[in-house]
Amino acid sequence: MGDAAIMVEGLRKNYGEVVALQGVDFEVPVGTIFGLLGPNGAGKTTTVRILSTIIRADGGHAEVMGHDVSADPVGARFQIGLAGQSASVDANLTGLENLVLVGMLAQIPKRLARSRANELLERFFLSDAAGRPLRTYSGGMRRRLDVAAALIARPPVLFLDEPTTGLDIQSRTELWEVIRELVRDGSTVLLTTQYLEEADRLAGRIAVIDKGTVVANDTTTALKARLGSTTIELEMGSEEEAIRSDALVGHVCTLANEVEGKTVRMGCVQGPQALIETLRVLGENGLEPVNLEVREPTLDEVFLALTGEHPLDGGSGPASKDGG
Amino acid sequence: MEANTAVEVGRLSRGPARVIGVARDTLAITRRNLTGLIRVPRFFVFTIIQPIIFVLLFRYVFGGAISVTTTGVPYVDYLMPGIFVQTVAFGSITTGISMATDVQSGMLERFRSLPMARSAVLAGRTVADLARTTVVLVIISAVGFAVGFRINTNVASFVGSLLIVLLFAYALLWVFSAVGLALKDPESAQAASFPVIAPLVFASSVFVPVSTMPSWLRGFATYQPVSVTASAARALCNGGPTLSWVLQSIAWTIGILLVCAPLAVWSYRRAV
Ligand SMILES: Nc1ncnc2c1ncn2[C@@H]1O[C@H](COP(=O)(O)OP(=O)(O)OP(=O)(O)O)[C@@H](O)[C@H]1O
Ligand SMILES: [Mg+2]
Repeated sequence: MGDAAIMVEGLRKNYGEVVALQGVDFEVPVGTIFGLLGPNGAGKTTTVRILSTIIRADGGHAEVMGHDVSADPVGARFQIGLAGQSASVDANLTGLENLVLVGMLAQIPKRLARSRANELLERFFLSDAAGRPLRTYSGGMRRRLDVAAALIARPPVLFLDEPTTGLDIQSRTELWEVIRELVRDGSTVLLTTQYLEEADRLAGRIAVIDKGTVVANDTTTALKARLGSTTIELEMGSEEEAIRSDALVGHVCTLANEVEGKTVRMGCVQGPQALIETLRVLGENGLEPVNLEVREPTLDEVFLALTGEHPLDGGSGPASKDGG
Repeated sequence: MEANTAVEVGRLSRGPARVIGVARDTLAITRRNLTGLIRVPRFFVFTIIQPIIFVLLFRYVFGGAISVTTTGVPYVDYLMPGIFVQTVAFGSITTGISMATDVQSGMLERFRSLPMARSAVLAGRTVADLARTTVVLVIISAVGFAVGFRINTNVASFVGSLLIVLLFAYALLWVFSAVGLALKDPESAQAASFPVIAPLVFASSVFVPVSTMPSWLRGFATYQPVSVTASAARALCNGGPTLSWVLQSIAWTIGILLVCAPLAVWSYRRAV
């Protein structure tokens, strides 16, 4: 057993004709959060399902805490907790009963399962609903219970497949805090998400996956630097003003700057600092933007930068509406 | 560390400890399924109301037109053992629906990621549904007694008739577990099950003696599993040659289990 909690090498999976994974590799060190980022159909869930021994890979090799998921699935199962993409809970059981059931099937004694279940219900703000059948839970409540179920056996490795989808902002922030705490206590978390922001806030490292292959695997900082994270868009009073502004502030950000009509667009690595500097320089020169927009890169832009094509149209041709 | 308790149990899971582990997991799943049955009484009601309607229909509406003089017992005594088999046959369809629901809701997926005995999922489902079937059968017997059904042998034989029907029911639960797991969708499981079970129930000796049927149908209607089990239950309640029917019913039960249990296990492996 090395330092890697999760080790994935050349993972392949086909569903009939559909190629879901075509050689996925990554490693996750113990005690870290690893983000798996990608558009719909990229293969995130497939990867998680193979790692959590639900399905078998067609090729390649995967280990969880040193247990090969295909040769020693039972060993691997003792190491993992899973919150799948769709909440896997029993609608007829209460919150407490659901957690105790999962705990018992994870082979922890019933008493312990019960006391941990109560702790988890509290931690996920579900104590009031603990005695109600899941049928009566809202989508977000189910989701939280599902994540709680993944934690009941206190497994060293956690797989969370889009854990915050459908959660309100408060629940999302709270779940992030829970995840950070777990990692502080030594757990390893593999988390999939569609939100760059989420991966950015939580994960130390991110693998971007597209069409079943890893197209980038780096620290969040390095990825952001490579992607020119923040876009600052200044709309000036006139075209000459725009050209003048670009000449003045062009040095602040250097990633893909452009002038389009009255608009100056800049790609910046250090968003906030760049914005302050830009406005200072413009102010000193008596220029004032009519309109100002700051945009974090969307997942689309990440893909555009990484693969040169839009994730949804599968590279069907060059973007056509660029001209002004 | 507490996290290691699970690992320790896992290491112990060999030999006798493994048997205990399977039993414990099966019990947990059984209890979960029974809780579901109690919280959503829809399945209970479905499996009770329908045979009661059949009892009333055949006892009071059609019964007068059906002649069973050759059997030497009143029609209600002919009917009720058949109703027992009909009840478990239609009732077992719900097992497929439950199993398909577990596939659809992602429950099976969760079970698969847990270090539990795999056999516990199917065992827990069939054991829980056998318990439900037993309760339903007792209620239907009570309804039978209320409309005039009498045991012509003795109480022990009557209990034997319920047992032979329950044994047969257990085999059917595996049939429909396999159907539910293969189709993975509750509506399809229900839709696919009815056409399988209906001909077996109606082209049988359940409601009318096969001697009234055309000769080409008689062979099938006599020896198919529902009829054989109905005949066995009837012989145990009313007397007459018994052993041969009982053995034939047990043979069908074993045969169905031998084919369908592996099929269910196989579908379970492929279900997610
Ligand atoms: N059970 C299945 N049968 C057939 N094809 C499947 C199945 N599950 C996934 N696929 C296909 O495999 C590919 C990868 O799917 P996967 O669910 O891993 O994507 P994902 O990255 O999790 O997407 P999303 O963001 O939508 O959850 C897709 O093309 C999908 O259509
Ligand atoms: Mg997914």
